[in-house]
Amino acid sequence: MKVLLRNPKREVEIPGPMGATPLVRRFGYTREAVLVIVDGTLVTGDATVPDTAEVEIRPVVSGGSQ
Amino acid sequence: MTYCHTQVARAIEDHAMLQPGQRCLVAVSGGKDSLALWAILLELGYQADGLYIGLGIGGYSGPSAEYVRRFAEQRSVRLTEVDLPGDHGFDVRSGAAADGRAPCSACGLSKRHIFDRSALEGGYDVVATGHNLDDEAAVLLGNVLHWDLGFMARQRPMLPGGGGFPCKVKPLVRLSERETAAYCIVRGIDYQVEECPMAAGNRHLGYKDALNAIEERSPGTKASFYSGFLARASELVSHVAEEERAGLHPCTNCGAPTTASLCAFCRLVKRSAAKSQQGAGGRETVPVEAGAP
Repeated sequence: MKVLLRNPKREVEIPGPMGATPLVRRFGYTREAVLVIVDGTLVTGDATVPDTAEVEIRPVVSGGSQ
Repeated sequence: MTYCHTQVARAIEDHAMLQPGQRCLVAVSGGKDSLALWAILLELGYQADGLYIGLGIGGYSGPSAEYVRRFAEQRSVRLTEVDLPGDHGFDVRSGAAADGRAPCSACGLSKRHIFDRSALEGGYDVVATGHNLDDEAAVLLGNVLHWDLGFMARQRPMLPGGGGFPCKVKPLVRLSERETAAYCIVRGIDYQVEECPMAAGNRHLGYKDALNAIEERSPGTKASFYSGFLARASELVSHVAEEERAGLHPCTNCGAPTTASLCAFCRLVKRSAAKSQQGAGGRETVPVEAGAP
């Protein structure tokens, strides 16, 4: 599967299928800090990501001081 | 989507943030939270105009502005833009350097000042910002770690207007960052996904990391931490905010509330101008060729 990561933006290829939550953890994220978008569709943590999918792991944590 | 609308409606009602018919100025940055907020307020039927501040952050502010403009065009809603470098003579980096502040401090100070002035001058009843549950929990954690009662006292979802301040509200406080991001994706709202390049290393991001790690092991902790503070502790420190407000008077330059003669923003503008003049007309920098003695 092709995985798009952010901050900095980059793409990596890894073998699938894989659960969305293990996929997130593989790249060092907590589930709270990201959303997983598979082939353009937002998925939940219990989804299985196919080997042929294009996945974006989108960080949602933002902001500086108030 | 219904869940997000319900949570925002509940926050507005619980904290008396907005009344039907009131004019609301939404602080928009092009990020997920402010655009989600603007969209939800419009969906709920509020009269909500947007204010975008161009911070002059190269490679970031330009695209952020485009997201905001596209959002406003698609919905035919009113957007006002302020350009920090063009209108005030400095950007976040140069202002921070001139005033001896971290960039996030100069940014926050400038944004708060401009939002407040724009709301008061534009006759708005309320300024709404996109602070979400994660933001508030992280700030609260920082305030508790340092026992900053003054900041804690001002950390409410609704700050009433008066004394030179507009009423300020945070309608997203019942929603997490994942929920506001998911709302944007589901609603097809394009937003600035890349993180601000000046935020790297910011201590609040560290607090968020810590809270997210705790949340993974104990779901509901962030909500419990923040809502518990509002229910059981914020009243205990509210007097600190009242005492601070009592000690404020108008800035001699712009009229904004301050404890000094000039408010922090006007001081920053003055120092930035002085530094610019020093750089332009002061000691001349002579370029040195590589290898020259």
